[in-house]
Amino acid sequence: MRLKEYIDRIQGKILTPGIEIEDIQVTGGYVSDLLSDVMGNAREGDAWITIMRHMNAVAVASMIGLSAVIFAKGLVPEQAVIDRADTENVCLISSPLPVLDLAAILHGLLNKITESE
Amino acid sequence: MAEYWYIRPGYEDLVRKFLENPPQPEISQEFEIRERDFFHAGKAAATVKLTLKRLGVDPVILRRTAIVGYEAEINVTAHSRGGRMVCNIHQDLVHLKFQDEGPGMHDIEQSMEPGFSTADEQVREMGFGAGLGLPNIEKNTDMLHIVSGSGQETFLEAVIFFKNNEE
Repeated sequence: MRLKEYIDRIQGKILTPGIEIEDIQVTGGYVSDLLSDVMGNAREGDAWITIMRHMNAVAVASMIGLSAVIFAKGLVPEQAVIDRADTENVCLISSPLPVLDLAAILHGLLNKITESE
Repeated sequence: MAEYWYIRPGYEDLVRKFLENPPQPEISQEFEIRERDFFHAGKAAATVKLTLKRLGVDPVILRRTAIVGYEAEINVTAHSRGGRMVCNIHQDLVHLKFQDEGPGMHDIEQSMEPGFSTADEQVREMGFGAGLGLPNIEKNTDMLHIVSGSGQETFLEAVIFFKNNEE
């Protein structure tokens, strides 16, 4: 699934404009706020939904090759964190939706479920 | 001082052979890890991962090395007065060694239990301290060796063979 498609569905705001997102593919998803849990269990290509905005979130995302980090509830990390993400080529997205909604929408898209309004 | 060993089943002979007669590494990198410097924590592991990637190492091995390196680097950052990491890259394996300046682990076996943590509030606020670091390290290594004790320095070394043996 294209990251672009997910961003559109979650009213996502791209925080790292320097990163070319057109070609980014999301192959799975992971939801957690514990870095060691993400480190040990998330898979390369996953979109990671979290409220954890610290610098180390970028390090973890970069280390395991996540497709994007999605901050829930409109949360935005400090500029230094965004700059680091830009340098390490980690795409950061902020969405006004809560974690549950973000996970549900991602799950739906990944499973190619077409939801009717 | 207490000692802890883990060797992945089936790797006993390879590990013994390596430890008995460690060859000269092809590449050796050394990094300083500063106490509570969470801003730079992870840099050493990221550099090692990049080096291995450039050498064409299998992605699964890259991931395992990154996890081991990162978790151990965070441990030194969060729990010690600082220390060093040495990464030795050999023909068939990567050998990571961490040496800190204390204050050491009271009980290594207990520290290996998932969920056990001595992390303080500051560390937990940053998303660490879930007690998963050392279990994550063990899960991703072919050999783990820890030497520590109360009021002592901690030494941790891990070996990961390049032959993809998992997943």
